[in-house]
Amino acid sequence: MGTNSLRSADDLELVAVTKRYGMALAVDNVSHLFRAGSYACLLGPSGCGKSSTLRMIAGHESVTEGAIILGGKDVSHLPPAQRGTAMMFQSYALFPHLSVRDNVAFSLKMKGVDKANRHAEADKLLDLVGMTSFADRLPAQLSGGQQQRVALARALITNPQVLLLDEPLSALDPFLRIRMRTELKKLQRELGITFIHVTHGQDEALALADEIVVMNNAVIEQAGPAREVFNAPKTAFVARFIGGHNVIALPQGRFAVRADEVRLVAQGTEAVVTAIEYQGAHVALTSRMAGDQDVLALVPEAEFFADPKNLGDTVMLAWEETRAHRLLA
Amino acid sequence: MRRANLNSWLLAAPLTGVLFVFLILPILLIVAVSFWSADEFSFRPDFQFGNYEYLFGSAVAWKVFGLTFMMSVIVWALTLAIGFTIAFFLAFHVRTQKWQMVLFLLTTIPFWTSNIIRMISWIPLLGKNGLVNQTLIGAGLINEPLQWLLYSSFSVCLAFVHLYTLFMVVPIFNTMMRIDKSLIEAARDGGASGFQILTNVIIPLSKPGIMIGSIFVIALVMSDFVTTRFMSGSQLANVGRLISNDIGLLQYPSAAATAVVLLITVLLIIGAMLRLVDIRKEL
Repeated sequence: MGTNSLRSADDLELVAVTKRYGMALAVDNVSHLFRAGSYACLLGPSGCGKSSTLRMIAGHESVTEGAIILGGKDVSHLPPAQRGTAMMFQSYALFPHLSVRDNVAFSLKMKGVDKANRHAEADKLLDLVGMTSFADRLPAQLSGGQQQRVALARALITNPQVLLLDEPLSALDPFLRIRMRTELKKLQRELGITFIHVTHGQDEALALADEIVVMNNAVIEQAGPAREVFNAPKTAFVARFIGGHNVIALPQGRFAVRADEVRLVAQGTEAVVTAIEYQGAHVALTSRMAGDQDVLALVPEAEFFADPKNLGDTVMLAWEETRAHRLLA
Repeated sequence: MRRANLNSWLLAAPLTGVLFVFLILPILLIVAVSFWSADEFSFRPDFQFGNYEYLFGSAVAWKVFGLTFMMSVIVWALTLAIGFTIAFFLAFHVRTQKWQMVLFLLTTIPFWTSNIIRMISWIPLLGKNGLVNQTLIGAGLINEPLQWLLYSSFSVCLAFVHLYTLFMVVPIFNTMMRIDKSLIEAARDGGASGFQILTNVIIPLSKPGIMIGSIFVIALVMSDFVTTRFMSGSQLANVGRLISNDIGLLQYPSAAATAVVLLITVLLIIGAMLRLVDIRKEL
């Protein structure tokens, strides 16, 4: 996909990558090009193969078939530290017996860098993530968000071309999650390296990603810029998973219609209201059309309360024909 | 307020009582008896330091304490090396939890028989006409049976290692199983080799288990007398045998004094070890 002229030497490419655990297929013949310097999100439900894909790129899982190309060479069989990737683990995996500074300096110690130099380097990264004042603490003395910053600094000290993040925000509370995701995005822009971020949260993916790769059942369902995936889902699975869409079966085929594009009108398709949920800016109104199809309409709050509906009321639904998006599967 | 206070005391009382009657009181009695005076035929309540003076003035006692300590250190080093290796293999190389448990239980099978039987079973193996000597002679490697195999420091040490390695395996395996596997991956991600992972991650995180195992082994070996007696054919002395000999001769005050010194020695060793590693978080 994309044009060849835009490819750069630092792109990460998966070529027909397959992962099998015994008989079980975790990743099935996946090919994809991650552009250098982009923020990519691997999005999918649990068990879809996104984590296995990430772990294969990191080198913590062997590749059954296929190749992983980074910086113009096949890294599929190199040990993790020689690939130019670094991984940030879901639970952060900080060494509990080492201070924050020693955690960050760990990979330099393994390379045999002397103490003064590796500590100086670690302090630079702690400064980058705003954790300088915690350098002498143990991980257990830090909050979740602080641990995450340390884990980030530890991964970045190896100067990776690609940073791999395995559900980095899932251990944080919702408020902190939103703050950390802003910081992740900012950091990625500043460093200009590729981030590949595994998540099962579509809001996280939409907020962060230059490119969203939606996976399901061991294959990529759809990949593209966040807006493209959201506005033009290719399959019913993507439309449902990315959220905010209705999948409606019509005689001409199946269509995805954004919930905020569904309007209550005087003349349209008849439906009976089955649920009303106040969501602040919107009212989520679920109604059932002929053929037992549930349709969600996000009605602007003011519009709804100008003419309130009750459960069991009959409403007329309509949407612009051009906004109904035909699904391929 | 006062009532709550009383309740706390009452709740703590049964355990305090049990510990007092079965631990504190006997130790106090031993300490008291160690100051009694004795001659060949009788002993009587007294408060004098003769037993301790005799003990500290006796070259034999010093030598026996030294030997006991040496044996503890050697057995500790061997059980640590073997126990750590077994625990490491079980925790990090055996992949499925089922096999980890099967193999772990396998290491405990020798403990289904008594201490004595496990010791005695070495005799047909190591004796002058035992299996080892027969095999070596049969293979033409030696002409004469090896004398040092049985009833020697070697056989005592061997029996100790056989008896007590499990006391190392269990706590070390326990701490190793608590090490988050993603730490190993994180170390590998940071470029650590297998050996570096061992020295930088696994050993530091296994320290509490190593300490607990070490305390078991050192306390057991320091205070042993039956293994030394059986496996050395009564040719080797240790502190436990000093005490048992005194008891055999009804020299209770002298035995009590030796016991008190042994107790203090072991407590000092354990105290020194606990200063090195904080095991509280593991208990």
